[in-house]
Amino acid sequence: MTAVIQPAGELQESVAPAARLQRLLHRHPALGPATVLVASCIVFSLINSRFLNPVNLSLIIQQVAVVGALAVGQTMIILTSGIDLSVGAAMILAQMVMAQTAANNGLPGPVALLLGIAVGAVTGFINGFLVTRVKLPPFIVTLGTLSIYTSIGLLYSNGQSVYSTAMPHLLTWTGKFVNIGSFQLTTGVLLMLALCAVASYALTRTAWGRHVYATGDDAEAARLSGIKTSRVLLSVYVAAGVIFGLAAWILIGRVGVASTNNAVNANLDSITAVVIGGTSLFGGRGAVLGTLFGALIVGVYQSGIALAGVQSLYQVLAEGVLVIAAVAIDQWIRKVRR
Amino acid sequence: MSMELGADTAAVHMHSRTPTLEARGLVKTFGHVIGLAGVSLQLYPSEVLAIIGDNGAGKSTLIKCLSGALAPDAGEILLDGVKVNFKSPIEARQAGIETVFQTLAVAPALDIASNLYLGREVRRKGLLGTVLRSLDARGMRDDSRKHLQALGIGTIQDMTQKVETLSGGQRQAVAVARAARFGSKVIILDEPTAALGVRESGQVLQLIRELRSRQLPVILISHNMPQVFEVADRIHIQRLGRCAGVITPQSHSMEEAVAIMTGAVPGAVPGEDVAGGTANGQDQ
Repeated sequence: MTAVIQPAGELQESVAPAARLQRLLHRHPALGPATVLVASCIVFSLINSRFLNPVNLSLIIQQVAVVGALAVGQTMIILTSGIDLSVGAAMILAQMVMAQTAANNGLPGPVALLLGIAVGAVTGFINGFLVTRVKLPPFIVTLGTLSIYTSIGLLYSNGQSVYSTAMPHLLTWTGKFVNIGSFQLTTGVLLMLALCAVASYALTRTAWGRHVYATGDDAEAARLSGIKTSRVLLSVYVAAGVIFGLAAWILIGRVGVASTNNAVNANLDSITAVVIGGTSLFGGRGAVLGTLFGALIVGVYQSGIALAGVQSLYQVLAEGVLVIAAVAIDQWIRKVRR
Repeated sequence: MSMELGADTAAVHMHSRTPTLEARGLVKTFGHVIGLAGVSLQLYPSEVLAIIGDNGAGKSTLIKCLSGALAPDAGEILLDGVKVNFKSPIEARQAGIETVFQTLAVAPALDIASNLYLGREVRRKGLLGTVLRSLDARGMRDDSRKHLQALGIGTIQDMTQKVETLSGGQRQAVAVARAARFGSKVIILDEPTAALGVRESGQVLQLIRELRSRQLPVILISHNMPQVFEVADRIHIQRLGRCAGVITPQSHSMEEAVAIMTGAVPGAVPGEDVAGGTANGQDQ
């Protein structure tokens, strides 16, 4: 029998450079955002040499910690071809539960922390339940729970902020500085990086991860292959909820105050990071590593544009351009055939 | 209307063994629409049984019942002579019946090895596998390569190639290879060449012969008469929810098969008086 499948190497010799680039990006989705990240850093450092200063780079990473953590959970959900508009609200709710139960109800730090993470898991479970059992589209479900979780957070906390002095050390531990060489990071940053590593492992090295990709790629095909897609989806929303709970912990350490006014743009920022990071909104394609790059790109633009002495609105504008460019590139990559 | 004809006597006597897969008097209705009006079918060891029929003849309903995707309203299914009752395709698969559905059940964004093992991933040995649930990616890749080579899907080297970068025929080959890898008793192929060109179809037919030579019986659903006559040992003709006869490529010509299929020549099949292949008890 003749060759049904030709080796990839033979195919690549006869194609145009554009097609080759397309295929390369198709194979390595994190390559695009990595290139943009490096190129942006070079440009910004040429405009202002202070950009590459370890102090500035440390600051960028610290600023990215919360959105980066949220974006890890968001990546998992978007990989299933879903979307979560309630991530920020879920995080704020978890944050208020952590802070208030510790400060006002006198719960010990670890208990308050676990309770907050459990609240995150419950918010994820509710989203997942509505998506898998009631069969509502994720966009609608999380648009609804965005309002619900936001208002519950406000009702529960009465709009009161909790200051770090009133909280046990454990809750503000994520704001603790950690010096690595000449870089000053926080334990929150390290926690975010650990979340990236664990999520990346689970998505790429376990059967569960492959089922997540397969479900997002083609749910019917996954089902016919014997995958219990509803269960996979539900597990993704719950796991993401736990991550949002941990993001709440990072948020408290970063800001020093547990307030419902924290991280108001977190919902859309997390989606921005995922999309710039090369994960496809149509599901089944992308990686946590790309999301980390995506979050860093946003941080780099914030810092770089400020250091360039340009009005900060241009940073928002640049973000918008990046999002559209990223999705356009994704569409192009998806067209690759044979 | 009693179009049904008996099974070809020669074909029946050829196989006095227990069928690997047998259906007796399957009935399936969808509201007022009758999908199957009492269909029986036998699949014997190492044979390729083609199922042909016009649109709406009940081909898809029949294989959906056999593969567990639909539960028949009446009738029974026997696997190796033992009655089975599948509640889902997963149960049928666990019993050894692998189906390649017309809508290919492959995940385009996953690579070849991941697709071959989709839903049946193998974990690594030791703590990495049990505690960290790490997959034996290399083992699965190596096994996939060996398996595809053994099936004659030859020069595959890159098991990490994503399935969406493959041509239609290549994808079909991956789907069939997956079925062959895990189907221990029966492989069902639903229109495997419908979307393929001539050369690619030939490769899939070759693959079907390869399966037969490995003692795996195959049920092939197809519209394509030349292909059916090329590869099938026996041909089960569906018409209006019933079995209109079981013929062989030797006993009948393509024109005769089409005539039976369309109901134009109900009496042209010899052995009409033999009731063997059709136990049609229900009336429409």
